Amino acid sequence: MATRLAMPPKGKKDPNSKLHHQAAESADRRAAAKNKWASILIAPTLILLGIVIVYPIISGIVMSFQNDSGLDPDTGLFTDGGFAGFGNYTGWILQQCPAPGGGTVACPPGTLESQFWNATGITFFFAAVTVTLETIIGFWMALIMARTFRGRGLVRAAVLVPWAIPTAVTAKLWFFIFAFQGIANELFNTSILWTGSEWPAKWAIIIADVWKTTPFMALLILAGLQMIPGDVYEAAKVDGASTWQRFRYITLPLVKPALMVAVLFRVLDALRMYDLPAILTGGANGTTTLSILVVNQIRQGFNSAAALSTLTFIIIFIVAFIFVRFLGANVSEGSGVIKKAKVIK
Amino acid sequence: MKNKKSLAAAASVATLTLLLSACGGGGSSEGGGGGAADEGLEDRGPITYVQGKDNSGVVRPLIEKWNEEHPDEEVTFKEQTDEADQQHDDLVQNFQAQNADYDVVSVDVVWTAEFAAQGWIQPLEDEMAIDTEGMLPATVASATYQDTLYAAPQHSDGGILYYRSDLIEEPPTTWDEMMEMCSIAEENDMGCYAGQFAQYEGLTVNASEAINGAGGTVINEAGEPTLDTPEAKAGLENLVSAFESGNIPQEAITYTEEEGRIAFQEGNLLFHRNWPYVYNLATTEESSQVKDSLGMAPLPGADGSGASSLGGHSLAISVYSDNKATARDFLEFITQEEQQRFYVTQGSLAPVLESLYEDPELVEQLPYLPVLRESIETAVPRPVTPFYPAVTTAIQENAYAALQGEKSVDQALTDMAASISQAGS
Repeated sequence: MATRLAMPPKGKKDPNSKLHHQAAESADRRAAAKNKWASILIAPTLILLGIVIVYPIISGIVMSFQNDSGLDPDTGLFTDGGFAGFGNYTGWILQQCPAPGGGTVACPPGTLESQFWNATGITFFFAAVTVTLETIIGFWMALIMARTFRGRGLVRAAVLVPWAIPTAVTAKLWFFIFAFQGIANELFNTSILWTGSEWPAKWAIIIADVWKTTPFMALLILAGLQMIPGDVYEAAKVDGASTWQRFRYITLPLVKPALMVAVLFRVLDALRMYDLPAILTGGANGTTTLSILVVNQIRQGFNSAAALSTLTFIIIFIVAFIFVRFLGANVSEGSGVIKKAKVIK
Repeated sequence: MKNKKSLAAAASVATLTLLLSACGGGGSSEGGGGGAADEGLEDRGPITYVQGKDNSGVVRPLIEKWNEEHPDEEVTFKEQTDEADQQHDDLVQNFQAQNADYDVVSVDVVWTAEFAAQGWIQPLEDEMAIDTEGMLPATVASATYQDTLYAAPQHSDGGILYYRSDLIEEPPTTWDEMMEMCSIAEENDMGCYAGQFAQYEGLTVNASEAINGAGGTVINEAGEPTLDTPEAKAGLENLVSAFESGNIPQEAITYTEEEGRIAFQEGNLLFHRNWPYVYNLATTEESSQVKDSLGMAPLPGADGSGASSLGGHSLAISVYSDNKATARDFLEFITQEEQQRFYVTQGSLAPVLESLYEDPELVEQLPYLPVLRESIETAVPRPVTPFYPAVTTAIQENAYAALQGEKSVDQALTDMAASISQAGS
């Protein structure tokens, strides 16, 4: 908007014609006045964005280059850590902690630094598995909901229920389900330590997350499905396309823009996952995600936590970039479906 | 036209800077003094008291009582959430903002060292000193950092060994005795022993108790790890081998306080380590199977009674408070016998005054008091260090790996020691 308003009016200027000249001048003035107004109207938004987005990011980056406060051995009081350079970053990425006598040593197991790569790995693992499952199940749910049948409104509302429940509540519900004497073990007549051993803990989190966020996927995909004009299918039917062909060559390509946006949202969301593992396992058994690590580190030192959140931010940014640039997730233009539909016709 | 645009941008940047510097400015002008700890020592006036959610309804009546007696120095109660981590973070934020409205704060025993080292809480010396005569020594030790008292013990807490008095005649006094009694549990088709072994603060409590109970220590006064001893090894080994032999049932690896309590109440455990709050629930809850067979004893140790981890809270005065003389009097008020008695009767919170544990009236109401006293008397404060969050992470991570059998006890202790020394550097 802003750039469009700021553009000088494109008109052929003829210096010899007074009339033209005057017209151009008044157009200039009008545009200038408009422009001024635009700036004044936009300023509050810019200031607000500056305060809530730009300032925290910059302040976080500045903090991440400071050492966490250390203890003065004489007074027993905390003192400022001073400039750290990339010390906080190398602590996370290279797993090098400052040694007591100077220099660095490998961070021993039991420090938060030593968990960084595990946390990154498990975060991506959760993102990949949950989003894949949610996409498949969500697609299937959307296909059902897109049909016309009795009680469709009821089904659509019912599907939304898990998503409407706050995540913390969901997590607590699943925590009780997965307790040793909980419903899950009772139902399957097993005695699995759902929250107390490696793989069951991961699956418990995946199951809870899929249960909770599949409806979100389903709804976004459903919206995409409803953008597809019915006559495309009719034409295909006339041409003798089978159900599979109609799905493969019409539904899938036409719903792809909506699908990619949904997947992008979910991936970014999953990479920030905090509440489910925090409540279900407390991060035990290798389920500490990056966000949990950040929160734990905040209690041990803000500056190192700032470095970790900056790293998390960069990681998520790269993933989002890949999605938008290479996989064609287009968030800003919503009309892709119609355009492509016309091309196919 | 371009000029106008950049002008607008410059204007918004200027406004932004102005706003931000306004926020920053407030802090620096107040903090400029640097000697906040010396200011307002004589001043009196209304103050605010901050603590976590008052579940047992003790605080409001006490404050009402104070306010009746001191109409010019009224205390306002600010209630935090009931999550310890959130309380901690809230206090940190307000101290960092040098908030003068947080006059008296309730601190968990494990936070005292951190807040003291940050210079956020008032040393209780000279005119600020309070009388600690008659208080349980362990509670005073937990409020002390580098030989200076920083907080007034408010209420205490210690671990108790609950057992089934219908199956056990004489409670075990040592760990080995208890393990021998596990055959009784087997005969009755129940688990033998459980504490809190999920990976959270409760595991730090239980692992430290195991190590302290076997005669070892986790860290020394200088904050260095002392885990390289046969005693420390024996302590952790006790827990690990009990898991291996099944004396601690495998599901106990998921237990926090509540899961353990429920398992014990349902009759699935012979011995259970937990806090005093279990007594009321286990004797009154309808679903409890152990209403008439609830036995209580001090925690078992290597030879004789073990060493409980100390829980509880202390009251500290913020250095940024404007009315420290009032705040000091409020601390004294809370530690007086009458108020401490109210803590026990109304809130079932363990008092810090030794004399109350022998009060016949109180013992009749709460039969666990003598046991609890023994527990608190031999209690070892959890590692007193300003780096407590890092130390507790180091203990939890490695003790958990040892209990899961992912690491040998030796390896776990070596890693624990290494990451504890890392915390201080």
